[in-house]
Amino acid sequence: MAPPSSRHSGFSRKAQFSLFTGYVLAGAGALAGAVLLAVSLFNPGAFSGLRAVASDLAAPAGELGAEARTDTQGLFGTLAGFFLSGSKNAALKEENEIARIRLAEADAVREENKRLKALLGLREEDVKPVAMARLIGSTSSSTRRFAYLSAGTKDGVEPGMPVRSPRGLVGRVLEAGSHSSRVLLLTDSESLVPVRRTKGDVVAFAEGRADGTLRLRLVNLGINPIRVGDVFVTSGAGGLYRPGIAVAVATKLNRDGAIARVLSDPAATDFVAVDPIWQPEAQAVASAQQRRALR
Amino acid sequence: MVEYRSTARRDRYGSQINRAHSPLIALVVPWASIVLGSLMPLFPLISSMPLLPPMGFMLFIAWRLVRPGLLPVWAGLPLGLVDDLFSGQPLGSAILLWSLILLALDQFEARFPWGGFAQEWLLATVVTVAYILASAFIAGTGVRDMLSLLAPQLLLSVLLFPIFGRMVAFLDRFRLRRFRTVG
Repeated sequence: MAPPSSRHSGFSRKAQFSLFTGYVLAGAGALAGAVLLAVSLFNPGAFSGLRAVASDLAAPAGELGAEARTDTQGLFGTLAGFFLSGSKNAALKEENEIARIRLAEADAVREENKRLKALLGLREEDVKPVAMARLIGSTSSSTRRFAYLSAGTKDGVEPGMPVRSPRGLVGRVLEAGSHSSRVLLLTDSESLVPVRRTKGDVVAFAEGRADGTLRLRLVNLGINPIRVGDVFVTSGAGGLYRPGIAVAVATKLNRDGAIARVLSDPAATDFVAVDPIWQPEAQAVASAQQRRALR
Repeated sequence: MVEYRSTARRDRYGSQINRAHSPLIALVVPWASIVLGSLMPLFPLISSMPLLPPMGFMLFIAWRLVRPGLLPVWAGLPLGLVDDLFSGQPLGSAILLWSLILLALDQFEARFPWGGFAQEWLLATVVTVAYILASAFIAGTGVRDMLSLLAPQLLLSVLLFPIFGRMVAFLDRFRLRRFRTVG
């Protein structure tokens, strides 16, 4: 069907004027968009207040659905388990045996660790999370990876604080509204986390690639010591993340490092903990970094 | 016996007796549906890579193509602003791109006023692919890994467009539905 010809206004003065005004407004809109875009590209934090208010307004609706998400994922897991139960059972039994042995070893190591730390005069300090909150949702169509968190400045959440799930690091808080906040996920292309390998002194940077994987860049170049399956944890460098939080496991080697899979899949996490910044002196560095990352 | 036209009492928008269109619903439904699509990032779905089609944008294009003339030419400004607040893109990118796309579609429509299913789908494909690539470029994705990263999303968006068109047609019937009037 041919569309009604909205461009032809006929002899009506009113129609002619409103048509003309429409085009003027459309052009002005495009121009305003270009200006706003330029501002937000040069100063990424410029509109964070506006975004925080918007997500505060819409967050309660999202929180309702977050429960449904974790439930449905459980359902799919149950269905898949029904078909794979036999082989999985055998594999799990074997894994359990090995895990028991490792656990005993870990106990021994912990004892030794405690003894050595006592010798050095270090105190074991427990980090208490600032807040426990729900991951509400994430950007689903943009190449930037952000998630929305159901806690804000009213709960003590500040920009820069690390966010972790029981399985490992998820990201860090970028903007905090009063009841909700935006989290920069590890996989975002602007996210950069200093990591080290669990065994041996291999230090690297974990850089997001926006497709669910991280690129590990070695700090010391030379022969690539990484093997597939190596687990990387935060190194504590930079003072933002406390050392020893699990980050990723290497899946594919390349020339200057490896491609790694993130251990804490944000899709499978319901509740996350927001930790305080490990070294508060790093706050200045963090906010400078944030200003760069926030776009 | 008197014969009645079957459409005299009912048409596709419901019974005509003691019922009337609601001006509020007729005005609000297109805008509200697009805003709801833009709120997609707050829905319970967390993905580690961009996979879903940009819902707000798809509904926006579908409304424009299914019902030309319903959205004013300047609609990209307010709707793009709402989309920018939640999409994670730098603020202003959707305002700019949506406004430009509306102006471009307007020009296209003036030259090819007779559309069909295939032509509209092709048009939507071109516009959607251009929009997704431009958005990724604005967000700072490297040109090298752009295609491997965006291929699933592009494919899904293009294939799903007719369904968005159907959805909008359904919403359009609801928009013009007659509701019982009191008195």
